[in-house]
Amino acid sequence: MNTSDTSLAVEKVGKKYGTFAALSDVSFSARRGEFLSILGPSGCGKTTLLRLIAGLESHSEGRVIIDGRDVSGSPVSKRNVGIVFQSYALFPNLSARNNIAYGLKSRGASREEIVARVDELLDLVGMRGMGRKYPAQLSGGQQQRVALARSLAVSPGLLLLDEPLSALDAKVRLLLRGEIRQLQKRLGITTVMVTHDQEEALTMADRILVIEKGRLVQDGTPHDIYDRPATPFVASFIGAMNFIPDAVKVHDGVYGLGGHHVQVGMENGSAALPPGSRVTIAIRPEDVLIGRELGSANIVPTTVSAMEYRGAQFRLSLVVHSGERSGLRLDADVAAEKVRRLQIRPEMDLPVHLPFNRLRVYGAGEAHA
Amino acid sequence: MPEGGLATEAATASARARVDDGFWARVDGERWIKRLLIVALCLWLGVVLVLPVLQLLVKSLADDQGGFVGLTHYVKYFNSPNLFVSLRNSLVVAVLTTLLSVGLGFGYAYALARTTIFGRGLLKGVAMMPLFAPTLLNGIALIYLFGRKGLVTTGLFGLLPGVDIGVYGPVGIVIAETLYAFPQAVLILVIALKMTDARLYEAAQSLGASPLRIFFTVTLPGVRFGLMSAVFVCFILSFTDFGAPKVVGGNYSVLATDIYKQVIGQQNFSMGAVVSVVLLIPALLAFIADRLVQRRQVASFAARSVPLIPRPNPRRDVFFAFYCWLVGGAIVIFYLTALFASLVKVWPYQLELGLWHYHFSGTGGGGYSAFFNSLRMSAYSALWGTAITFLAAYLIEKTRQLHGLRQLAYFLSLAPLALPGMVIGLAYIFFFNARGWEIAGVFVANPFNWLYSTMAILVLCNIVHFFSVSFLTATTALKQMDREFETVSASMGVPFTKTFVRVTVPVCLPAILEIGMYYFVNSMATVSAVIFLYSADLPLASVAVANMDDAGDTAYACAMSMLIVAANILVRLMYGASTAGIRRRSQAWLTR
Amino acid sequence: MTRRWLQTTRKMMLTPLLLLAALPAGAEELLVYTALEDDEIPGYMELFKKSHAGIDVKIVRDSTGIITAKLLAEKDNPQADVVWGTAATSLMLFDQAGMIEPYAPKGLDKVRPFMRDGNTVPHWVGIKAWETGFCVNTVEMEAKKLPVPKSYADLINPVYKGHLVMPNPASSGTGYLTVSAILQLMGEEKGWAYLDKLHDNMSSYTHSGSKPCKMAGAGETEIGISFAYRGFMQKKKGEPVVTVFPSEGSGWDVEANALIKKAKVKESAKTFLDWAISAEVMSAYAKVYPVTAYATGVAIPEGYPAEPEKQLIKNDFSWAAANRARILDEWSKRYDGKSEAKK
Repeated sequence: MNTSDTSLAVEKVGKKYGTFAALSDVSFSARRGEFLSILGPSGCGKTTLLRLIAGLESHSEGRVIIDGRDVSGSPVSKRNVGIVFQSYALFPNLSARNNIAYGLKSRGASREEIVARVDELLDLVGMRGMGRKYPAQLSGGQQQRVALARSLAVSPGLLLLDEPLSALDAKVRLLLRGEIRQLQKRLGITTVMVTHDQEEALTMADRILVIEKGRLVQDGTPHDIYDRPATPFVASFIGAMNFIPDAVKVHDGVYGLGGHHVQVGMENGSAALPPGSRVTIAIRPEDVLIGRELGSANIVPTTVSAMEYRGAQFRLSLVVHSGERSGLRLDADVAAEKVRRLQIRPEMDLPVHLPFNRLRVYGAGEAHA
Repeated sequence: MPEGGLATEAATASARARVDDGFWARVDGERWIKRLLIVALCLWLGVVLVLPVLQLLVKSLADDQGGFVGLTHYVKYFNSPNLFVSLRNSLVVAVLTTLLSVGLGFGYAYALARTTIFGRGLLKGVAMMPLFAPTLLNGIALIYLFGRKGLVTTGLFGLLPGVDIGVYGPVGIVIAETLYAFPQAVLILVIALKMTDARLYEAAQSLGASPLRIFFTVTLPGVRFGLMSAVFVCFILSFTDFGAPKVVGGNYSVLATDIYKQVIGQQNFSMGAVVSVVLLIPALLAFIADRLVQRRQVASFAARSVPLIPRPNPRRDVFFAFYCWLVGGAIVIFYLTALFASLVKVWPYQLELGLWHYHFSGTGGGGYSAFFNSLRMSAYSALWGTAITFLAAYLIEKTRQLHGLRQLAYFLSLAPLALPGMVIGLAYIFFFNARGWEIAGVFVANPFNWLYSTMAILVLCNIVHFFSVSFLTATTALKQMDREFETVSASMGVPFTKTFVRVTVPVCLPAILEIGMYYFVNSMATVSAVIFLYSADLPLASVAVANMDDAGDTAYACAMSMLIVAANILVRLMYGASTAGIRRRSQAWLTR
Repeated sequence: MTRRWLQTTRKMMLTPLLLLAALPAGAEELLVYTALEDDEIPGYMELFKKSHAGIDVKIVRDSTGIITAKLLAEKDNPQADVVWGTAATSLMLFDQAGMIEPYAPKGLDKVRPFMRDGNTVPHWVGIKAWETGFCVNTVEMEAKKLPVPKSYADLINPVYKGHLVMPNPASSGTGYLTVSAILQLMGEEKGWAYLDKLHDNMSSYTHSGSKPCKMAGAGETEIGISFAYRGFMQKKKGEPVVTVFPSEGSGWDVEANALIKKAKVKESAKTFLDWAISAEVMSAYAKVYPVTAYATGVAIPEGYPAEPEKQLIKNDFSWAAANRARILDEWSKRYDGKSEAKK
């Protein structure tokens, strides 16, 4: 990656509170104009990471580089970043206009410049004509837009969003997701967003950083993260995943699983493990296929034990027929139309197909929590 | 930046210009300014609070010539039977007063916060009346009502059968102290009762709990912190007050009057300091206990509580209306009696009414010049006190630098709660009038000596005396503000000072005005702290009340008290009007 | 360096407060502390202003206890230039503390020996004597059919039980003066026995010397042991009070003046002290007090005994001062400890 193209670089950053390590050894970088999402469960350290980048907290180790400048130790005011908080932190006594103009006034911009810029920003966030209103008179979504406009007003080199949509109701959230993403693309501003909502991360980000217990466990595109989760944690945190423990590696690409043998694509497996190793095999419910037309390899006989209606699809709970032991379970998401067509009912025997290139293999050491 | 446009380019350019590389990019000027301010705050608290109290402690260990005598005075005091008599009396008075004022105050506050009775605004105002008058007036009015020749005792001068309750002694002290502590209890309990979550009541009602059961299982636990706070505040107030015992105490000695006896009666400062220290201990214990209890409160706050809106309930409301008008009426009668007494020519022998005693000629204390001095002093105290208190609360609450020092400053800011006014006054006289100190054989001149016998020292003394409550008010207001205001501003490169002026202060304006009013009203009425400190040029109204009462000019004392009360009511009304104005003007952003 | 810097910051913090400080000190401003009664001072000061227009006198007036406490508290850094009309016993305390600059005012030769300090250049010079007395409310006495007491001996008559109020000697100079007078008149042993009985009659003790008289004036008690001047003043205001001088004699003290030792003693302070015993003001004192520093020819004020000097007991000031702590301890032991048993 060309350094001049790197907008943000975080190098081996760590943060300790006393003996507790909130973050350790986190490194990543963002290209100019890229939208990064930091994803993780609450308490994993993702907000701490954002605050370190912003300069709101000082880090114990490592460096933060923004636009090629090492800003470690510089205060937030000298990092040229825009921040939008979960609570928006709009000044209640100032109108939307004045909130947006807040940062401009102290930069010595002239009155005309400020008026023009505020109008431009109000347009940008779709709030034309609402400038006179006070935050309390605005809906949650509108407040969010004002907060965004305010953070963009000073033309930051980097935009930081801290759970920006979590306080909104579902519909507005969906709407704003798209709008923020579009706006970000139009402005070409490098953006880092913290969220605990995987769907938000998947739909908005160019790249997702998954944090678990203060460590960066995966850094990749939404596709990478979803299709090739690096660890069982990532796999279970983002989307649903069937884990089949106590499988055994027969040889590269072939694994024993409750008396059945399954083939697994080489790039999805733990090629480094010696034959005989215990592994966990994982597959997403929507990748479990049913129907005879799918060939003969990787077919596993099962019985439907329960069916959960989910509108467009059903989630089937399946029990795998097994010579050695029973109780091996799989979930499968099947389109409602297909369920109706095949007349699937509980207690019915149903062979399923596990496509070899959709299976993931994790070493026993990585077994998920 | 396709959508940027010219304005964006210009702003970007100026932003880039600010963010330059090099040393200054790393130096956070604001961080240093905040650190400096925190250090300054701690130094200020050190000078106006810690050092004077230390000086008092040193004084209690020294003889009159300043030689160190160790614990001699303490040994002497602990060996005299008087200590235990006074200590026991003080405790009896404080416990009874606390029970009465918190008990009466709870019912009153309950009516204000949880019922729909008529005239709650007025009733609240009436309950605050005792805050507006010097505590001496409580004693004086008490004698006009219950003294040998009092209105009640003689049954309105013989019109009705009279009752003599034997007001001189513990009975009188407890009544006067209850009157004194009552408004504080009501203030604290109203807030506590208002903060309860309505959903708890809905839940209890849906489970079929009886009103009594709801009271014991929901209401009381819900206000337990407020209740404890009220108990501690009333205890400390009545334990340390000196005005009422001096006027109606007779020979029922309490610790506060013991200080008076030692200092004024016998000019024995060392012993006075000893008694002050002894007086400090239970107050300090109560203070620490309160802080420990309150610390646990933080966790019990529900973020999304639903405020309880009282609904009419005829039976309950009639009962509480009756109760409130009874208690409120009693308070009003107290002050009406004092007003009446100030207008009567010679109580109780010549009951002609007139403004004889509002001329203040032929009596001491300084008359109207004292009154105007008091107005001036109170205005300065309100102005400076509010500024310093709010700034202190801001620094402690809203900065992230120097955690340890901020903790210290927080503790010191609450400590004056446990300091009786008289102790502050004495400590100030010892500290600020000292020429200097021998520290490790080196004479250090006192850099604050020039403050002595100025208006400034009176103002400082008031600020310290009334610091804690104001500080808590400011802290509460600041806590309600979004924690990220400062960070947002910083990220936009706006200095925190600007955000302080443009956002923090306007949003907290109601609390700021309240603090100002609190300082003003208390500075007008206070006697105990300033009685040692006022100087020839600056007689004060409240001190004049004490002196005139002392000299037997009770009617003049009443008249002066009435002026004080009138000024305070006026300021209270101004406060009410201005907050109403602010509320109207800023309705847009206050309705959240 | 750091220290200086710290000091500067502290000063900077306080500087705004400096602006509030009182007026700058004038050239010939004189600060006088006094315990004279509030209603006396304006009359005297008018006389002073007439003859000394150039001197700006600031008066700090308070009760004897507070003035004494204030002066002692300010010992290391005295504010007052002159003490005027304050109890000689207090001035002796200041003298012990080395606060007094000896000064012989003009006209000292006329002052009677018992009205001044024994040193050749006196440390204090008296202006007048004030004495204790009973204030008796005639209306209440009549209503209760009580005889007006004439002597200390009368006061322990059980008919007065619950009708007496006196100042607590631990809080009030008048109170101590009364107690020490009784002990000196009767001797310690008999004196304490008398005080025991007096205590049985006492309804309450007050913290201020004038308060018992004031209570008598308002009918809050029938008899208040206080000082004589108060009773006369209250009568003037219309209260039904007569002042009784006990036949055994009254405890008394000299109200005296002294010069306070300061780095720079002002000339005007001496001028003031000269004036304070001058004939014109002495005559003014004599209009309300029968015993003055020297005879003035002014008639004895109404209500006082014909031979006012004879009413004063032989008061041994140094005995009273030396035994004060012991007497107060004894008093507290006897009467403070069981205070609430009485009503």
